[in-house]
Amino acid sequence: MKPVATTRSAAGIPTGLLAVWWIVASEIVIFGGLLAAYLMYRLSHDAWAGHAANTNTAIGTVNTFVLLTSSLFAVLAHQAAEKGDGKKAARFLLFTIGGALCFLMIKGYEWNYEISHGMTITTNTFWSFYYTAAGIHASHVIAGAIIMAVVAKDAAKGLELQRVELIGIYWHFVDVVWIFLFPLLYIAK
Amino acid sequence: MAELIPTQPDPGHEDDHHHGEQSFVSKYLLSTDHKVIAMQYMFTGMAMALIGGFMAYAFRMQLAFPGMDVPFFGIVTPANYVALVTNHGAIMIFWVAMPVLIAAFGNYLIPLMVGCDDMVFPKINRLSYQVFLVSAIVLLSSFFVEGGGFGGAWTTYPPLSAKAEYNLTPLGSSLFIGAVGIEFIAFLLGGINFITTAMNSRAPGMKLYDIPMVIWMIVIASILFMVSVGPLLAGAIMLIFDQQLHTAFYDPNRGGDPVLWQHLFWFFGHPEVYVVLLPAVGITAEIITVFSRKKLFAYRTVLNTAIGTGVLSFCVWAHHQFISGIDPRMANVFTLTTLLISIPIAEMMFVYIATLYGGAIRLTTPMLWALAFIFEFLIGGVTGIFLGASGADIYMHDTYFVLAHFHYTFFPIAIIGTYAGVTYWFPKMFGKMMSDRLGKLHFWGTIIPFNFIFIPLFFLGAGGQHRRIYDFQNFPALAGEGMQDLRILATVSLVVMLGFQVVFFYNFIISLMRGEKAGKNPWKANTLEWTAESPPPHGNWKVLPTVYRGPYEYSVPGREKDYWPQDEPN
Amino acid sequence: MIQSYLAQGSTYAGDIDFLFDMIFWIVGVWFLISSGVFFWLVFKFRVSGNEGTAQYITGEEKSQKRWITIPHLLVLVCDVFIIWGAVRVWYDIKQHLPEPDREVRVITQQWAWTFVHPGQDGNFDTADDIHTVNELRLEKDAVYHYHLTSNDVMHDFSVPVFRLKQDAIPGRVITGWFTPTLLGEFDIQCAEICGIGHGLMPARLVVESAADHAAWMTEQSPVKFAAVAPQVGEN
Repeated sequence: MKPVATTRSAAGIPTGLLAVWWIVASEIVIFGGLLAAYLMYRLSHDAWAGHAANTNTAIGTVNTFVLLTSSLFAVLAHQAAEKGDGKKAARFLLFTIGGALCFLMIKGYEWNYEISHGMTITTNTFWSFYYTAAGIHASHVIAGAIIMAVVAKDAAKGLELQRVELIGIYWHFVDVVWIFLFPLLYIAK
Repeated sequence: MAELIPTQPDPGHEDDHHHGEQSFVSKYLLSTDHKVIAMQYMFTGMAMALIGGFMAYAFRMQLAFPGMDVPFFGIVTPANYVALVTNHGAIMIFWVAMPVLIAAFGNYLIPLMVGCDDMVFPKINRLSYQVFLVSAIVLLSSFFVEGGGFGGAWTTYPPLSAKAEYNLTPLGSSLFIGAVGIEFIAFLLGGINFITTAMNSRAPGMKLYDIPMVIWMIVIASILFMVSVGPLLAGAIMLIFDQQLHTAFYDPNRGGDPVLWQHLFWFFGHPEVYVVLLPAVGITAEIITVFSRKKLFAYRTVLNTAIGTGVLSFCVWAHHQFISGIDPRMANVFTLTTLLISIPIAEMMFVYIATLYGGAIRLTTPMLWALAFIFEFLIGGVTGIFLGASGADIYMHDTYFVLAHFHYTFFPIAIIGTYAGVTYWFPKMFGKMMSDRLGKLHFWGTIIPFNFIFIPLFFLGAGGQHRRIYDFQNFPALAGEGMQDLRILATVSLVVMLGFQVVFFYNFIISLMRGEKAGKNPWKANTLEWTAESPPPHGNWKVLPTVYRGPYEYSVPGREKDYWPQDEPN
Repeated sequence: MIQSYLAQGSTYAGDIDFLFDMIFWIVGVWFLISSGVFFWLVFKFRVSGNEGTAQYITGEEKSQKRWITIPHLLVLVCDVFIIWGAVRVWYDIKQHLPEPDREVRVITQQWAWTFVHPGQDGNFDTADDIHTVNELRLEKDAVYHYHLTSNDVMHDFSVPVFRLKQDAIPGRVITGWFTPTLLGEFDIQCAEICGIGHGLMPARLVVESAADHAAWMTEQSPVKFAAVAPQVGEN
C-alpha cells in the first residue's frame, strides 16, 4: 500500500520525524508571531498589568501542572513503544489524553468564570490576546488529544509504534507553548 | 482528460498500489498519485489565471476608457474597481503563482527527479489539494455575497479591512482573509511532502549536490514560505476576530495598532516574492542547461545565492513601509539590507548568463521562455533598486513605477516561468510533443505585448501617477500630455496579449490529440524524469533508478553522446 | 528625468530627482552591459537543429569563477553609492526637520481632506483657525510643518510636485516638512487605498505669493467674518 518513497531515509532522519519537526516549526512561527505582537503591545501599554491582575494565577498554575504531567505520560508511552509494548504505550497515551481533557475542563471553568464576570474577548485588547492565544493553544490541545486517540488505538494492536514518539514530540511542543503563555498572561502583572 | 494519466498497467507496482478498475472520480479526483495531484493544481491554477486575467482586462479598460461599458463585464463602478484590483493581485499570487510553480511543479517533479515512486505522504498530499480547492471556492464565493468582493488591496491593511463600515463589504472581507488563510494551510501541508520527499526519498547514490536545481529551489522556497507565513496566519486570525467578533487588535481608537498588521504582512509578503521566484529560477536552470548542452555554471554558487537570498529576504520587509509612519531611522537599516539583496540576485543572473557561454544553444520554445525569463527579470531586478533606496521611494512609492516593477518580476516568475516549465515538461506529462511553430507564435505574441503593457507604466509612474486610482480625470495637473495615450497603449497591449493565450490553449489541446509521440527523452536531458516512460505510469518506474552523477553533465569531453544521464553507470 | 514630467515644486524635489537620475545611470549601465552580453552570447552560440558541440565548463575553478565574482564586487561598490545617496536624501526629508515658519494640519477621512491653518495667532484650536476642504493654500518659500492624521482608515498625503508622500495613520499625528518653491495649482492625491472612494479623493494645492497668501488668510479668517457659516468638515 505504501509507496517505496516512504521507506527511504536518505538524509538519515526518519521521515516521520522530519514531518513532525516541519509541523512543529510552522507552529512555532505562528505562536511566535502572536506572542511577539502581544509583547509589543504589552510593553507599550502599562495599563495591561492591571488587566492581567484579573487572571487567576492559581488556576493557571494547576493547568501548567496538569499539562506537564500529561507530557510525562507521553514520555512514558514513548519508552514503552521503544520496548515494543504497544498495550502499555496505548495505556500511557490514554493517561495523556486524560490530562488534556482535565486541562480543557479547568480552562472551561476558568473562562466561564471570567466571562460571567465581564471579562470577554472584546473588553480590551489584553483580554482579546488572552482569549485568542489561549484559544489557539486549546485548539491544539484538542487536535493533539484526537490524534493521540487514533495513535493509541493502533498502538494497542501493536501497529505503527513509531507514531507514539511522533505524537509525543507534538505534545511536548503544545506543552512548551503553554510554558510561554503562562508567565506572559498570568504571572507578569 | 483521458490523456492526462497513464492507463497502462504497471506490473512492478501492482502489489504496492491498488489499481484495477477505478471510477473517474477515484482516478482523477481522489487519486493520491503525485502526478494527478500536480495536474489538479496546475489546471486549477490555470483556471484561476484566466479569472485573474479577465479582472485585469476589466479594470484596465476602465483606466483607458473611463466610464465605458466594458464588453463582457459592463460598467466598472468604483466598488467594482477596487474589488477587481484587490482580487487580481491576490489571485495571481496566491492562486496562480503558488499552486502552479510550487505545488504543481513540486508535486510533479520532486518524486520524478529524485527517483522515487511517489510523495512520502500521498494522503496528506491529496488533502493539501483539497484544502487548496476549498480556499479557491471560498475566495470566488466572496463576489456573490452581500456587499460583493473585498476591495482593500491584497495587502488588506486595517482599519480599512477590519471594519465593515469602512470597506462596505461585511462578508467579502472575511471571506477574503479566510480564503488566504486556508490557502496558507494547504501549502503548509504540501510543504511536509516537499521537504521529506526531497530530503529522504532520494534515489540511492543521489548526494545533496546531485539534486537538480529546480528541486533545491522548491525545497528552499517551501522553507521560506513556512517560516514567513506563521506570523501572518496569527495576524489573519486576529484580523478576522476584529471583523467578526469586534475585538480591537488593529483598532487605534480602542488600544490597537494598525501598523502591526503591516509588519506581519510584509514579513511574509517579501519572502513570498522569493517563494515564487526560486522555483521559476530552478525551472530556468534545467532548461538553459539542456538547450545549451552546457553544465550549469557554478552549481554550488547558485545554491548559495538562493539560500543567501532567502535569509536576507527576512531582513528587508519594512522597505514596503518606508513612508507608512514607521520610525524614520529604521528606513536606513532597511535600505541597506534591501540593496544587499541585489548581490545574490545579481550573482544568480550572472551565473545564468555565464552558463550560456560556449554552449550550443537551441532556440526551442522552452528555451525562448527561459531566456525571456532571464531578460525580463533583469528589468524587474534593476527597477527594484529605485524603490529599495528610501530617498527615491518617497516619490516612487505606490506609483505605477512600483506596479510596473513588480509586474516585471511576477510576470516572468508566474507566467514566463510557468510556460517555460509546461512547454519543457509537456512531453513527459502527456507523452506528446507540442507544436514548436505554434509555441513560438504564442511566445512572441505574449512577450512583445507584455513589454508594451508595462514599459508605458514605468513612464506613468515617473510622472507621479498613483496606482489604484479609479479615474485619473480627477487629477488635472497630473494628467500630463500623452499620459492617457500611454494608458490606452497598455490596455490595448493587454487585450492583444490575452488574445494570444488562445494560441497556447489551442496548441495544448491539438498537441494532446495529434501531437507527435514523445518517447522517453525527447530533449536528450540528464535528469531522472527523462528515464521514465512518457507519461510515467503510476509508480513512475518498474525498477527505481540509481544515481551515479550530478544532473548537468552535458558535453563531457571524450564521450560520444553530449549528455550523460544521471542513472547511467558509465 | 522626473522633472521632464513634473515640475519641481519644493526645495527637496531636486534632491530626489538627482537621486533618481543617479540610480538610473548606475543600474542603466549594468542593465545595458548584462543584457548586451546576454544577447551577444545567445546570438554567438546559437545553433540550428541539433548540430554543434558545447564546451565543458564547470564554473567551479577560480579562473572561471572570477567572471562572476568581479562583477559581483562591482555591484557591491555601486550599492554603496546608492545607499549613501538614498540615506542622505531620506535624512533631509524625513529625519531632520528644519525650524518651521508656518504650520498646517492635514486631516484625512473617507473620502475628503480637511486642511487647518492656525490663523493669525499662530496657534491651533483657537477661534481664528481656518478650515478648508479639499483645497490647500500655501505660501511660497515658507518652511511648513504639516501634522498629518486620519479620522478613519490609512490614507496617504501625496503631493507629487513636492515629491512628498506620507501615510496618515488613525490615532497618530505624523509631522513632516516641505517648502513650496513654485507658484501655481497642483494636485494632492491619496496614495494609500482607503476604500471604494480612494480614486475619487482629489484635493487642490494652491501655492501663492506671501502677499496673496496673507490677503487670503485675512479674508478667510472666521473671527473677522463671524457671519460666515463654519466650514464643512470640521471635526
